[in-house]
Amino acid sequence: MISHETVICEKSFPIKGRTFENAGHISSKVKSMLQKMQLSNDVVRRVAMVTYEAEINICSYAERGRIVLRVTPKFITIEAIDRGQGIEDIELAMKEGYSTATDKIRQMGFGAGMGLANIKRYSDTFRIYSEIGKGTHLKMIIRIV
Amino acid sequence: MTLKEVKEILDAEVFVGHDQLEMEVKTAFGADLMSDVLAFAKSGSLLLTGLTNPQIVRTSDVLDIAAIIIVRGKRPLPETIQLAEELRIPILSTKYILFETAGRLYTKGIVGCVDKVGEKRDFS
Repeated sequence: MISHETVICEKSFPIKGRTFENAGHISSKVKSMLQKMQLSNDVVRRVAMVTYEAEINICSYAERGRIVLRVTPKFITIEAIDRGQGIEDIELAMKEGYSTATDKIRQMGFGAGMGLANIKRYSDTFRIYSEIGKGTHLKMIIRIV
Repeated sequence: MTLKEVKEILDAEVFVGHDQLEMEVKTAFGADLMSDVLAFAKSGSLLLTGLTNPQIVRTSDVLDIAAIIIVRGKRPLPETIQLAEELRIPILSTKYILFETAGRLYTKGIVGCVDKVGEKRDFS
């Protein structure tokens, strides 16, 4: 019998930090994986969006990181775990428009200070933990039904 | 209207998607900030942008953007073209500036994918 806790799929994707060379390819992979699971377009798009924003953050700021995707019958959980500088003031970082982005990040079209706010907006549950000089851990949960 | 009509209205050059010009589009979103595209653009829309890097394709893939129109006569980078071919997202380039591009499409019936931020567009 399939309980609500049954893990249908769990996968961890490593991400290189401080480079845009492959930025977004994990999100594209996650998106096509979920499309094959016949989930609704809305759920797939929201997962792809929060994964993409989290991936861009790792590519922008962290030394290295990983995205962990977990699918259960009722929820999709995406965790973005990185080793890096950490976030000094989480409340400030969550504000739309606040950004510490470099010129390089801005040239790519990011660093508008919308990333974390977007992640929160498209997740049903959002948690953020960060430690200065160590790294950041985001956890996003999206309800399937 | 079809992407082919968009191409004609904008006197645009097709870089990717010669075989996808029959697709129908009704709405568009214009921005150079991918963060704003992620926040506001809707699936099935055209993306009008002045950026040329591969992130315009990744962002479009994530949002199911129908096609990318690069404005101000800029050309997509080779790695951008390669990724767009892989993900099958058309890229066109027009010499019109963003304002002209948007205006010309609007007068022919393409509207913004949202009207005002935070409000749903009524398509009825």
